[in-house]
Amino acid sequence: MSKKQIIQSDMSSLLSAEEIAEIDAELAHVPYKSGAAIDALKIVQAKRGWVSDECLRGIARHLEMSDEELEGVATFYNLIYRRPVGEKVILFCDSVSCWISGCDDIKTAISQRLGIDYGETTSDNSYTLLPVPCLGACDRAPVMMIGDELVTHIDDEKVTALFGKAIRRAEE
Amino acid sequence: MEKVLTRNIGLDQKPTNLQAYEASGGYQGLRKALAELSPKDCQDIVSDSNLRGRGGAGFPTGMKWSFVPADEQCTPGHKYLVCNADEMEPGTFKDRLLMECDPHQLIEGMILAAYTIGADISYIFIRGEYIVATQRLRDALQECYAAGLLGNNILGSSFSLDMYVHPSAGRYICGEETALINALEGKRANPRAKPPFPQVSGLWGRPTIVNNVETLCNIPHIIDRGADWYKTLGIGEDAGTKLFGVSGKVNNPGCWELPMGTPIREIIEEHAGGMQEGYQLKGFLPGGGSTDFLTSDHLDLAMDYNVIGAAGSRMGTGTMIILDDRTCPVAMVLNLIRFFAHESCGFCTPCRDGLPWSRQVLQDIEEGRGQPEDLETLAYQVSYIGAIGNTHCALAPGAMEPLQSALKYFYDDFKQHISNGRCPYH
Repeated sequence: MSKKQIIQSDMSSLLSAEEIAEIDAELAHVPYKSGAAIDALKIVQAKRGWVSDECLRGIARHLEMSDEELEGVATFYNLIYRRPVGEKVILFCDSVSCWISGCDDIKTAISQRLGIDYGETTSDNSYTLLPVPCLGACDRAPVMMIGDELVTHIDDEKVTALFGKAIRRAEE
Repeated sequence: MEKVLTRNIGLDQKPTNLQAYEASGGYQGLRKALAELSPKDCQDIVSDSNLRGRGGAGFPTGMKWSFVPADEQCTPGHKYLVCNADEMEPGTFKDRLLMECDPHQLIEGMILAAYTIGADISYIFIRGEYIVATQRLRDALQECYAAGLLGNNILGSSFSLDMYVHPSAGRYICGEETALINALEGKRANPRAKPPFPQVSGLWGRPTIVNNVETLCNIPHIIDRGADWYKTLGIGEDAGTKLFGVSGKVNNPGCWELPMGTPIREIIEEHAGGMQEGYQLKGFLPGGGSTDFLTSDHLDLAMDYNVIGAAGSRMGTGTMIILDDRTCPVAMVLNLIRFFAHESCGFCTPCRDGLPWSRQVLQDIEEGRGQPEDLETLAYQVSYIGAIGNTHCALAPGAMEPLQSALKYFYDDFKQHISNGRCPYH
């Protein structure tokens, strides 16, 4: 078996055929392969929730980049996750307008209710809590995203309504 | 006042589809340009209109476009138009509204801009968290391709353009145009050294224009109705209308389209409904987190680029953040510096190491561990990190703006923290 074949068989075990097909579709829009690096990371993350070391290596080989170069790209961006996350990621806005509107107390309330701090995932794998730069909804502060949903005017009542169930499920 | 940018945006904030957009006069500017105007004509109209960039820097849009070399002045190949929809300036929420509620207005502006500069490929670089706006723009692009407004030979003309929505993987520095271009190329979003400027060598080394969402939304109206009409919209020295916003402890936080040159007092007291009961205005950032504080002494100033500049701040994005008398100015600046320190790309030392240093000094003061010499340290950081030329891009100097002006206007608050050994606000 030649060296090239080994690399190819390694690669195919690291990424699914579907992922490779989607990444290849992106390659049509870029003049060289590494130009699709961020798209490829997002494709894999959309399917798996995060980008593991194995997937990162798979993408790097497919795009003919070094692992280190791709790691530099992956870790640069806030929305590429290099660690596993829960079913839903809570992007909690802690920027200035939300802060003026009392987001620190709300963050504490959410942390207590879910039993997690920034960067952590609930024991039942429902939620991961992350801070996010200004979400651009400052007229409705404080705000956060839960998965794809923007939640505005967060107060204690909303926190209870949203996460009351979550903590009970974790206790069961 | 006549609404221009928000004429299709009702209180329900429902999106405008192609049919409704055209019924309100949409794509008239594009039809007119393709039928009657050369790219040079469009360039002249936009230059004459005195439109200035709405992303924060206020650079004249026509002048920016004029730096793109003509086809015969550069090697054959693509030219690119990129819409900067990476709205991440703290306290800024205007482009979201324009994209969610009237996506076709932005698309028409982009087609016209591309026609003017000779671009054949365009991208909307939108922040990844703007899920709704992304979907509505994609729906609108589909409508455009189906109606012959995008793709080959637009509306039967010889002009062709493809347009893509490109969601960002998330980082404040992507709003800097050369960093944005690196992100589009799949790289770390470190800003590039200039020159070469992107107009000459941008995306994939080709001529590229990067314009803010709101800037581009002005273009259809300017082309359709002319530069002279556009100039009459402003009531001060600048042309056109602008989305102004207010957040903080006001009665009615929001975003409104008003003439350029609208007095700050009118925006805060009439449109935002004034301060909430029990709160006094202590200061405000006129245009997002990287602009200098102004105070109640400045309420009668007009929101014009040069007027706000002369007062020692910047118009920025035109979305104000109010500091009230019950919110600690030291803690507010700490919040801002923490943001900028986190979002530094890490390329140059004054920004990568200087901003966390500022954050640490501010945190010590806020938490009661401040020493009198800390104020000298902060002043030194402002003078060093804040000086253009000591850093690779404008992020760190921008971060220093709220700090330097807080030291100017709220110096007693800083001193009180240090002498009392605690934050006097809680």
